[in-house]
Amino acid sequence: MESMEKIRPRSPLIAKLMTAIAFLMLYVPLFALVIYSFLGPSAGPGSPQAWTLEWYRRILVNGEVLDAFNMSIYVGIWSTLVSTLLGTAAALAIERFRFPGRQLFDMITHVPLIMPEIVLGLALLIWFVVLRITLGPFSMILAHTTFSVSYVIITVKSRLQGFDDSLEEAAHDLGASPWQTFWKVTLPLIWPGVLSGALMAFTLSFDDFLITFFTAGVGSDTLPLKIYSMIKFGVSPEINALSTLMLGATLILVVFFFRPSKGAPTHA
Amino acid sequence: MLEPVEPSLRRPPLLALPAMGWFMWFLLIPLGFVVVYSLSTKGLYGGVVYHFTFENYQRATDWIYLRIFWSSVKLATLTAFSCLVIGYPMAYVMATASLRVRSALLVLVVIPFWTNFVVRAYAIKLLFGEAGPINEFALAFGLIHEPIVFANSDLSVWVGMVTNYLPFMVLPLYVALEKFDFSLLEAAKDLGAPGWKILLKVLIPMTKPGIITGTIFVFTPALGEFVIPDLLGGAKTMLMGNLITDQFVKTRDWPFGSALSMLMILVVTASLGVYLKISATENAPVDATTVED
Amino acid sequence: MLELKGLEKKYGRNYTAVKKMDLTIREGEFFSILGPSGCGKTTLLRMIGGFETPSQGQIIYDGKRIDPLPANQRQFNMVFQRYALFPHLSVWENLAFGLKMKKVPEIDLRTRVNEALLMVKMESFAHRGIATLSGGQQQRIALARALVNRPRVLLLDEPLSALDLKLRQQMQVELLSIQRRLKHTFIFVTHDQEEALTLSDRIAVMNGGNVEQVGTPQEIYEYPKTPFVAQFIGQVNTIEGEVKEARPDTILVSGAARRVLMVKPSRDGQRPLPVALPGTPVKILVRPEKLKVLKSAPGPEQNAIEGTLREVLYQGAVTQLFVMPRDGSAPLIVSQPNTAVTARRSFNLGDKVFVAWLPEDCLLMGREAALPVAENSVSIAPPLLTVVGPPPESSGAALA
Repeated sequence: MESMEKIRPRSPLIAKLMTAIAFLMLYVPLFALVIYSFLGPSAGPGSPQAWTLEWYRRILVNGEVLDAFNMSIYVGIWSTLVSTLLGTAAALAIERFRFPGRQLFDMITHVPLIMPEIVLGLALLIWFVVLRITLGPFSMILAHTTFSVSYVIITVKSRLQGFDDSLEEAAHDLGASPWQTFWKVTLPLIWPGVLSGALMAFTLSFDDFLITFFTAGVGSDTLPLKIYSMIKFGVSPEINALSTLMLGATLILVVFFFRPSKGAPTHA
Repeated sequence: MLEPVEPSLRRPPLLALPAMGWFMWFLLIPLGFVVVYSLSTKGLYGGVVYHFTFENYQRATDWIYLRIFWSSVKLATLTAFSCLVIGYPMAYVMATASLRVRSALLVLVVIPFWTNFVVRAYAIKLLFGEAGPINEFALAFGLIHEPIVFANSDLSVWVGMVTNYLPFMVLPLYVALEKFDFSLLEAAKDLGAPGWKILLKVLIPMTKPGIITGTIFVFTPALGEFVIPDLLGGAKTMLMGNLITDQFVKTRDWPFGSALSMLMILVVTASLGVYLKISATENAPVDATTVED
Repeated sequence: MLELKGLEKKYGRNYTAVKKMDLTIREGEFFSILGPSGCGKTTLLRMIGGFETPSQGQIIYDGKRIDPLPANQRQFNMVFQRYALFPHLSVWENLAFGLKMKKVPEIDLRTRVNEALLMVKMESFAHRGIATLSGGQQQRIALARALVNRPRVLLLDEPLSALDLKLRQQMQVELLSIQRRLKHTFIFVTHDQEEALTLSDRIAVMNGGNVEQVGTPQEIYEYPKTPFVAQFIGQVNTIEGEVKEARPDTILVSGAARRVLMVKPSRDGQRPLPVALPGTPVKILVRPEKLKVLKSAPGPEQNAIEGTLREVLYQGAVTQLFVMPRDGSAPLIVSQPNTAVTARRSFNLGDKVFVAWLPEDCLLMGREAALPVAENSVSIAPPLLTVVGPPPESSGAALA
């Protein structure tokens, strides 16, 4: 974080007011969602509604929702694993080594970030059909990995910036082989970056709708797809409960992500 | 002359090869196939015949489709502009807050950013619903007697789009304002510049990179967005996003869908080009000396 | 013994950091590589350490070529400029790193780490994190981490440059006493001439990828072989002129205002007269402490330049006087020790004075490079001194 010594003026009242309104716009719907998920059916017009966990119970025994949840986790874990491996290696290469085509490669890694999602989704759909890959969990993992790799690369790269090369030289100097140097010095130092990259990849995979929509195929809905199709049928207390659960999961992830990093700095 | 430290590790990019291969196989070649498809003909049973033609593009530039494109551009522009107007004061408040407040606000911005957007869209649908809290409150306090139908309205689409994309705008703006040297504002004030002039001549020009990044981050995905308008607007308006999706899911005219998506990339690039051009000429001389008044 | 034979490092096509270098570093010596930044000294050290591959030439240690070996297979260790301590490991783990890599048995490892900590007086910091240490403490740990491996050759890349003056001087003393005790070969890279003079048994002065001179601190200071060495080490006055006459024992140089100056070989014979034909443009180099300021003209056996006293800077141990020669050439700097006698002698600004020195106390060089020395003249190679005692404290006492 920046030092506190900078001059920081008070912000004008109108800016504070706008901020308050914006946060209301962001959070009132979510609060309403949470409250409604605990409200039982109204006994009659005007009468108070009772608190209940009924909708949660129904979600937790809903086989289709559970299947979708499992599918999301399955796709998420695999795409996270693959993208973290690929992305960490690529980030190391881009940040540490000089090789022909490095800048071009660096540019290409940004393409999934700036391209409209829908185009990437349909491009992969076309490609899977051309390759005769059956749409399903496997195709989703391939698709999710494609956009997750970019995020992992960016996250690990930012960790590698300012990495002191002489640390690796020191390890080498002290008798470590390149392999030992990687495991004993490089990896421990970039580990926080790798971890947040993996977390990012999993969240993106778990949350993705559009690309999944194109590459899921029949009968392999992920959770977002499932919620979407439930919403298409109309508002229901069960969706409230399911959405609240997903919101809760996000909160846990954010807390995990923003906890004060214990990682050592990459340079002494 | 300094001893060059740059070319320290000149190595073959073995580590980059897997990712390179992946991007080649699952990004560049697939995108190439979109181009190929857009120039092909629809097969009899939904497949594709590699018969070179510009027909799809001719069809896509039909008046009907251009109007759909136009409504997408309008929606994306409105969203980006709204996010900028709302997000700039937010980022300013965040950047000028104390360290503790700042990190709290940052987390508050990031939580929706990480929440599934289907969930968020649904929450807004719920809020504005006929049996939603707004209507229930208003009914309970006797403000209205009939539930107001917010749902499937432009208002709920607007709220949905803005809340969905606001974090994409706020974060880059915050980064730019965080780095901004606020003593410049005092300098401008000291030189006698009125508040609105300081905003226009100092603050905005100097945080332009953040504004541009934020706008791109919002505009690009918003242009292809159709799920939020679909969920909150009741699929009343056809947008680029659902037009393209329909070609793949319903009509199964993939070549035409590919052509449409190529046009979408074109529209994105062109809009951004125009935008960057405008923002480059405006306030072209970023010069603090113009602030005397 | 470490030998460099024709060692060269090129970056790209047109930048040569180290040019065709031949150098011999003896066992157990404190050898400094001194030069301005960009002279190639760090590149040279990194080639010895195995972090840079030479473009050409050989590195030979104990009769064996080591340049093809990677850094982890050379029995050398390096103290890095910014220490390069592992931030994710404790002090103890940092020290144990090299021994663990060599699979030293646990008991042995423990004794050696503790010994090393003791040596740098950091035994109470064993379990601290690196980030909690001050710059000086990190410096000690970096030194201990290298020494714990008992390297045959210790490479030090400007290890003291990040420390403030007081700490630097203190570390210099410790470094020297550790080297005396262990008798390892130390190769020390620095841009600080004073540091090099203080610490080294021998110094190689580098410039533009070349070694300009190798010698003991005394030789480097008293008998610089090139104008660069003379000017880089210590202060020096430069007086330009032209050779008027070359006699067997004296060269006469004519300068501005029809002044004639004499140059003679040094009294100990270590610096003979160069070969200089009349008409050759030359410069006379003379250290400030060899000059005296006089109120009246000295005898004919001394060189003298008349001028005006412009500035007197009292600096404690010495006083520096700036004299502007009458002919308008560059001001001369005179450094006089503040002994009981000279401290009382007072000059006033604006006084007409004479700057005088002995013809034996100055050097004659060409405008750009050293002048050749005749083959049959007194050998310039001084008897090789194996300095075991403290290095010469400072400059010119021997001759003054």
